[in-house]
Parts: sequence; structure tokens; C-alpha cells
Amino acid sequence: MARMSLNVNGRDVSADVPDATLLVELLREHLDLRGVHVGCDTSQCGACSVLVDGRSVKSCTMFAGEADGSSVTTIEGLADGAELHPMQQAFRECHALQCGFCTPGMVLSAIDLLERQPDPGESEIREWLEGNLCRCTGYHNIVEAVKSCAAAQRS
Amino acid sequence: MSERKFRYVGTRPIRHDGVDKVTGRALYGADFSLPGMLHGAVLRSPHAHARIVSIDTRRAEEMEGVEAVLTGADLPELDARSMPGTDGRISVRDLGHNCIARDRVLYHGHAVAAVAATRLEIAREALGRIDVVYERLEPVLSLERALEPDAPVLHEHLPGRARGLQDAPGNVAGRVAFKQGDLEQGFAEAEVVLEREFSTEMVHQGYIEPHACVARVGEDGQVVLWLTTQGPFIARTYCANVLGIEPGRIKVIPSEIGGGFGGKTTVYQEPLAIELARRAGRPVKMVMSREEVFRATGPTSGTRIQVKLGARRDGRLVAASSRMYYEAGAYPGSPAGPGALAALGSYRIPNFQVEAFDVVLNKPKVNAYRAPGAPMSTFATESLMDDLARELELDPIELRLKNASREGDRAPYGPTYGPIGLVDALEAVRAHPHYRAPLEHGSPDEPLRRGRGVAAGFWFNAGMQSSADVSLHADGSAVVSTGNPDIGGSRASLALMVAEELGIPVERVRPTVSDTDSVGYTDGTGGSRVTFATGLAAIRAAQDVIGQLRERAARIWGVEPDAVGWEEGSAVPLDGAKADCEPLPIAELARQMAATGGPVVGRASLSAPAAGPSFTAHLCDLEVDCDTGRSRVVRYTAVQDAGRAVHPAYVEGQIQGGAAQGIGWALNEEYVYDPSGEMANPGFLDYRMPVASDLPMIDAVIVEVPNPTHPYGVRGVGETPIVVPLAAVANAMRDATGVRFDSLPLSPPRVLEGLERSAGEGV
Ligand code: FES
Ligand code: FES
Repeated sequence: MARMSLNVNGRDVSADVPDATLLVELLREHLDLRGVHVGCDTSQCGACSVLVDGRSVKSCTMFAGEADGSSVTTIEGLADGAELHPMQQAFRECHALQCGFCTPGMVLSAIDLLERQPDPGESEIREWLEGNLCRCTGYHNIVEAVKSCAAAQRS
Repeated sequence: MSERKFRYVGTRPIRHDGVDKVTGRALYGADFSLPGMLHGAVLRSPHAHARIVSIDTRRAEEMEGVEAVLTGADLPELDARSMPGTDGRISVRDLGHNCIARDRVLYHGHAVAAVAATRLEIAREALGRIDVVYERLEPVLSLERALEPDAPVLHEHLPGRARGLQDAPGNVAGRVAFKQGDLEQGFAEAEVVLEREFSTEMVHQGYIEPHACVARVGEDGQVVLWLTTQGPFIARTYCANVLGIEPGRIKVIPSEIGGGFGGKTTVYQEPLAIELARRAGRPVKMVMSREEVFRATGPTSGTRIQVKLGARRDGRLVAASSRMYYEAGAYPGSPAGPGALAALGSYRIPNFQVEAFDVVLNKPKVNAYRAPGAPMSTFATESLMDDLARELELDPIELRLKNASREGDRAPYGPTYGPIGLVDALEAVRAHPHYRAPLEHGSPDEPLRRGRGVAAGFWFNAGMQSSADVSLHADGSAVVSTGNPDIGGSRASLALMVAEELGIPVERVRPTVSDTDSVGYTDGTGGSRVTFATGLAAIRAAQDVIGQLRERAARIWGVEPDAVGWEEGSAVPLDGAKADCEPLPIAELARQMAATGGPVVGRASLSAPAAGPSFTAHLCDLEVDCDTGRSRVVRYTAVQDAGRAVHPAYVEGQIQGGAAQGIGWALNEEYVYDPSGEMANPGFLDYRMPVASDLPMIDAVIVEVPNPTHPYGVRGVGETPIVVPLAAVANAMRDATGVRFDSLPLSPPRVLEGLERSAGEGV
């Protein structure tokens, strides 16, 4: 067991978890953040992506202990009250989801991209999102959503 | 019908569940929990083919925290009667034995035992303490081996074995055949005859959400099952039959669904979860790992398909024949039938013969995958059509137009086509800037080459049974409730149709997915049927509401109901009504509901007519590096007949998603087996589905040839887009390299091998 403290979605939390607990388990099972999805548990699908200190991370590849002292943002922590994050807004408006299972991971990963590169080209977006699988959309509208969010944030 | 002016249908509103899905609030299969819930896990066979000599579960049962253990012997003996509602295609016994093996395991990953424990780690550990003694048998891993006379026979009795199969090899579970005209004479008339054999490998639907459920059984035997599924009612029927209980004792509550593509139309661990929950007296949750999804849930068939085409020099097809073998996996039931029916459906061919075989072998039992069976057979025929165009020096679209089926033609699979959109789709491709854009083929001495390929095809589309309720709220808004989980935006299209009928904005219609106790029987979300058939039910339920509201207006005005009409969301007086009646808008009628007769709920239940087929044509530009064998689709255009696009953005989404899956199937995806019959790539790392950087933007173009069996002209759209990319990609590869590849996927090693072979042959 290890005691750990971190900030999740703006709130300080501490938890006692077994040593080998993955970050995704801490978030889903202990903190009930079910928007963190598990599609593969072997770090290929990206459905479990979260932001750790602002950087997108697949939470199934990280031990909870490694996030000790960090600040973690999951999809649940993006909206400001009733106001969606611009990336959430863009996904919704661009019809960038069908089943929606990949969406939380996609949105968080895309936010990280725009932090690093506010004006990415199509191929930059596609390469950045390589770690996030979507089986429904063919990525077309996801790329559109990221572009439109980037344009909105720049203006 | 085509005269009708639509107000909401054809617009692109934001989906009603959009906020839940971008905020993480939507609950999928694994997101649900109950107090006191146990966690289940499944022990799976490490052999592809073996007899189970004995299973000893005692050491597992003794473990602290283990609350129930189950083997096949604990479930009822099942007979081979066909599963209700499946047209005899699935036997109860096969389905039950696929959920958990009895005396024999038939594929690596086949369930052998299940455990429920207080924690998942305990359940997993307990699996390791179940002692199973196997006697290994030779695994049958290829169609070639399955068909050999001395191959091990998987099933002594195959109830589905059609007449005429007595002399067929023992692993042939079924046969479909049909023909027309005089084949011999047809080929004699042909001036060009081409013939080739094609093959494809097993591929998985690849939904990102693994199978997951929670089962609870009350002391009275009532079962509640929370489940990610395309068919809540299918799950109910299947679980009940496998467990030997009445379907009415099970209530299935569908969660949001993270993709399915046909793969979530059956049951695997669900009956086990119910039985574990019953034994333990506590709810049980079961969630598959990705590896289990690959090893033990429905991929679709690998195939071997021989095709022969005969044509006149002017391009007219005069004869065609095809013989196809589809892998069914461990139990009968491949999509050989629809595959065979789809093979030649696009063209007028006076003489043809098609024969398709369903073959069992030691791989997971296949399940539906988007347009089941059609992509493989279409890959074969459309590849050969491409060769024919080259042989005849005809433009590939010209050749297809010369032979294209049109309204009034008799489809090779029986019915006479109503209005269909094949010619429209082909012409739209020809008129598209992509078709006329110059293509840099690359010089023969450079490794990088480009090629362009075209292919056409269709999918039948299902009708089947649907129910819908529309209830009006006192504030004038409405709820439309159906039994179809929303897999790709169908809530929005159903709401649009109800809005259209009631004449209220689509934002005022809330679509909801009900459980199996709260809505009439509804077939699954599959067969591209939801917007068509459930849409039809929703339209009729809304019309029922309008009928009732006209009565309410009549009561308010003191006139006969037939003196009340309905226009744009209001009751209006017709001739014969009193002159001083002002139109009553729906909001006003809703406000007065309590006083005028109580709640207004419209209902409709129906068995929908056959849906009109949806035709398509795709155009693909591919770039291949002849040094490495790596290839990439660089431009893609997909044209499809949607009949009437209710929500065009989601129609485009279906087209883009289906094209992407087809491109993955063509270029990279395949089940790889080692010689012992263990799948070697049961994860997303080695089972390589397209990632964002593998694909270009996919230009989805909708053409609309209204379908006369739907009041708005809707056709199903979801499956058609995966039918043709295999051939479009392969034809582009042929164009780029000069080599005809007849085996998919076109993975780099295979491409290199093909290039070397053809160089060796001096081609
Ligand atoms: S669940 Fe973490 S990458 Fe798939
Ligand atoms: S929307 Fe279904 S996986 Fe992306």
C-alpha cells in the first residue's frame, strides 16, 4: 500500500492504493471517473488518455504512484461549469464522434497538441493522434474538429 | 414522395447525447456498478482443439473471496433446435457451447470455466487453480485442411447440413447455390474469359469498447442485465435459451455502446455472468480484456473465392460463375449466404452460377461484421472486373455502367430491383474532380509509385421488427423511445423524423433508448435498419400522437375529429369546422392535455418491409514504396445512395468510417495463427487497425434515389461503405505496380513478395 496525494480536476485528493495500481485504476475505480475509458489495457488505443501536468498520458501505462504530487485532468474536469472546453465544443459541433468511446482520450490528446502547436497542419494532427484509435469515424471529423478548435482559439 | 418539402429532415443538428459524450458522463458497459458486486473472469482454452478429460475446480472454490465457480457441466444440456428469431441460422446448442465448452474445446480462447470473486485479482488467481486435463487433437486451421477427406471433423452432427452435402467433406456445414440461364452457352458466347482465385483472412470488427456486463438475479429468479449490446432483445432471447429460462424473466438494460459493427449482436460471457450471479446471490460484473475480445469474440470469415467472368468485346457480361468458401470458425454460420448473394448483384448477367460453402474449423466462431460476407465476394468480382476493363481497354467506370443493374432488372438473388442508385453513384464518381485529377504514376525506376482504383457494390439492408413510443410532455416537447442502442448517432435521426411529423424543432424532441421491459420488441441495431425501420415506427408513433391531438382539438372546438387537420405543428379547422376556430399549436394542446383526456402517447410496432438496397462506388489513390512494400491511401472518394439522408453528417460519418475499416482490411488487418492454432497477434499493436496518420480525408458524397418503401425515401446506409474498399484499394495497387494481388491484406511483406514474384516471371 502507498499513500499518495495528487490534484485531480482541480481538487486535492489523497488515496491509499496497492503499489502496482495503475493510474487508470485509481481514476476509474477509486475516484469514480468513468469517463476514463479502457479499450485495450496495453497502451495502444489511447481511450484512457488523461493530462498529467498538462501533458497527455495513457493512464493505463502509468502507475498511480508516478503521478504522486502531480495534477491530473480527466475529461470530467475540462468543462467550466456549464461551459464546455473549446475542444469539447468543437468535437460536438463537428460531429467528431459516433459511438463516443474514443472521444475523451481524443479530446485530451488534442488539447495537448494545441498547447504545443497552436496552428497544426492536417498531417501534424494526424501524426499526433496516432496513439488514439477511433474505429467509427475514419478520423475525418476528428481532424476537422481539432482544426476548427485551433482556428477558434487563435482568433 | 419526392415532392415533400422537409423542414428538419436533411439538416445537421448537434446530437442530443453530444454533451454526455464529450464530458465523459455517458455510461458504457464497464462503467456500471452495483453494491456488493462481484467480479467475474473466464478460464480459456490454451489449445485450439482438444477433448476435455476432466475439470477440477475444488482448489479455486476453496479460495477466500471466491463466491462461485462454473463449468459447462453446470449449465443445462442443450438441443440443436434453432434459436428463436434467427431463421434457423443459429442453433441453441452451438451458441451455448460457444459461451462455455462442454466436452470439447474448439478454438484457442474457448471458455472452459468461470469464477466470480470479491475482487478481480482474486477471480483471476482462482482461474489458475482450476485444473483442466486436455487431450489434444489436431487443430484444423485452414480451409484447405478443413476440406481434406482425412481432416478431423469438428462436429459429428451438423444440423444445418443442406441436402446435397452428403458427399461433401465433413467440415462443410452448409451450402448456398443459385443460378440462372445456361452457363456453358454463356461462356461459349464470351469473347473474353477471365478467371482467378482470391483469398482474404479473418479480420475483427475492432470496436474500441470491449464486451462488458453486470448481471443481477433476484430471489424470485428475475434477472436484470446491464449490457453493452447492439441488440437488447437478442441478448435477452439468447441468454434465456442458453440458460433454459423464460425470456420474460430477463430484463436487459442497454448501456451506451462503444462500437459494435455487428460484433455485439450475440452473447458470450453474459449467460455466465447471470449464472454466476444466481449461484453467488450477488451481482456479477464481467469485462473482457482486449486479448479476450480478439481470441474469443466474433471476427469475420477468411475466404477463398474463385470467380470466372465472360464478356463480349464491347464489354457486355454474358456469363459468370463463382465458388466460395467461408470460414465459419468453430460453429456453423459464416456469412457465405449473403456473400454469395452480393457477389454479382451489381450487374446484369444473363447466365451465372454461384455456389458458396460454410466451413467449420478451429478458430473463433465468426459473428456479423458490417455487410457480412459482401466485402470478400465483392473484392473478388470487382478485382476481376478491373482486369476485364484492362483486357478490353475500357474505362473501368464505362465497363461497369455498361453492365450496371437498373430499376426493373431482376437481381441475381431473386427480387426485381425498384429504383436503385448504382448508375447514379458511378456517374457521380466519373463527374468528381478526383476522377479527372491527373495521377503521377511515378517512373518505373523510382520506388514510389501511385495508382488509382475504382470499385462498385451494394448491400441489401434489413427491415425487421421495430417499436417506438412518442410521448408528449405538457410543455409541448416530446420523447421518442425505442429499443435500439445508438451506435453512431441514430438518436439524432430518429428525433429528426419525429420533429418532422410533429412540426416541432428537433431540439424539442428527446430521443431515448429503452430497456426490454419498457418498449415493444425491437430487433437489433444492425443490418443498417435503425433509421429505416425504427425510423418508420417513430414516424408512425408520431402520427399516432397527431391523431390523438386532432381529437383533442375537436373536443375543444366541439367538432368532429375529421373536421380537424394538422399543419406545421398545429391543429387547424378543415371545411365544416366552425369558422371562429383559431389553429391550436401543439404546445397549446399539450398544455391542455390533462383537461382534454389525459396524457398523449403515440405507439407503433411493425415488421418493416424489405429495405431498399444501397449502392456505392469508391475511388482510391494509393501510393506504394516498391522497396519496402509499404503503401498508403493518399486520396479517397466514396459515393453512396442514401435514399434520403435524414442527418447528412451522420450518413457521411458512416461512409467515412466504413471506408476506413475497409482500407484497414485491405492493407493490414488479419488474424495470424501459429501452427498450434494460437492467434499470434491478439492486441492492437500487432493487429494493426488504421490510425489517423494512415488515412487521408475521405470525401463522402451522398446521392439520393428515394426508397419507395419508406415515406421519406430512407435507405439504410451503415454497412454499404465497407463493401467496396477492399477491391478499390487492390485495384489501385494493381494500377500502381502492374501486379494483380489476389490475397489480402496487402501488407508490406506480401507486396514485396508479389513484386518479386512478378519480376521473376518477367512481367
Ligand atoms: S486502455 Fe490505455 S491505451 Fe488502451
Ligand atoms: S467514435 Fe467510436 S471509436 Fe471513435
